[in-house]
Amino acid sequence: MKCEDVSKELIACLDGRASSGERQKVEGHLAGCAACRSRAEEMRKVSMLLGEVPAIEPSFGFDARVRQRVAAEPRQRWFWRLVPAPRPAFAVALLIALTVLVAKLPSNRKPVTPVAATSAQEQEEDFNAIKNLGVLENYDVLTKFDSLAETATPDSPQPDGKAQQGDASND
Amino acid sequence: MARTDVELMLDVKAGDDSSFDFLLQKYRSPLVNFLHRMVRDTATAEDLAQEVFLRVYRARKQYTPSAKFTTWLFRIATNLALNSVRDNRHAKLAVPLDAPAEEDAAPMELPAPVMRIDEHMIERDRTEFIRRAIASLPEKQRAAVLLHKYEEMDYGEIAKILDCSESALKSLLFRAYESLRVQLAPLVAQPVEQRAGEGRPS
Repeated sequence: MKCEDVSKELIACLDGRASSGERQKVEGHLAGCAACRSRAEEMRKVSMLLGEVPAIEPSFGFDARVRQRVAAEPRQRWFWRLVPAPRPAFAVALLIALTVLVAKLPSNRKPVTPVAATSAQEQEEDFNAIKNLGVLENYDVLTKFDSLAETATPDSPQPDGKAQQGDASND
Repeated sequence: MARTDVELMLDVKAGDDSSFDFLLQKYRSPLVNFLHRMVRDTATAEDLAQEVFLRVYRARKQYTPSAKFTTWLFRIATNLALNSVRDNRHAKLAVPLDAPAEEDAAPMELPAPVMRIDEHMIERDRTEFIRRAIASLPEKQRAAVLLHKYEEMDYGEIAKILDCSESALKSLLFRAYESLRVQLAPLVAQPVEQRAGEGRPS
């Protein structure tokens, strides 16, 4: 091993992080080279000198200032957590999906007939029908119409006695 | 059982702010010291350390445990420190004549009770001498020495932080220690017994 080759592994040897093979090579060279041995010893001292520099402590308010700045960070709202990342891509995909959905909606829908207009038309037709009932001048006939309408309701008893027959068959 | 840094960071990612507080307590002092040795100014070092923690917090959602947490943390710190040093280099060229001396801004260190005041002054001068030697290193060499000596990181981790190969890092470290050996020659040549405060009976 040459002097210039030692330089690369010297620090690792001094701090004990070199592999055993590298350490053996360096130590072998140092054993026969006084200049490199002296340099290695001085570098060991340099490392010790660096250890003399005392550490400082962060100031009293350091933690509070960090927490304050962290607290000032914008918080994520709960619904944003439901949105999968990456959010811009998701937003674009959602926009495209909505556009397609709207485009596929049927455009030739039938116009809605106003309910009020229909009922008014029916009333007018009924009125004309009644007005043209020339043969039904007898009030009794009209009242019979009313009584017939009453008999048509499902709650009313059947005139032909079918309900009674049904009851009898059940017995 | 104590949680690892990665587990704590994953908890922060899941919304647990108390885990962020654990990380803050654990790394506040190493970070401030590293940055103080990089920029040589306490206030700037604390500002940068705050910025590091804030960036970690902001990046919590994107955090993936692909590397050691300390690698990520000190990489942010190193980049911020290097930027700060480069920005201030130009500003320092225009220091007014009545500006306070740099050592006035250094944090006060109280003398050890067993030391006399003259011994403390010698010790302080000695410490300041070493600090200046570290500060005189080129930024990348300085960062490499600080991570190697004070953070005791392995070569692989330092190489990742400084974005270089392990081989390049070993050369970088050798050049740095070689510069320090030259600059600290008066102290290196001093026998250990002559150091102030050492060998003095307590």
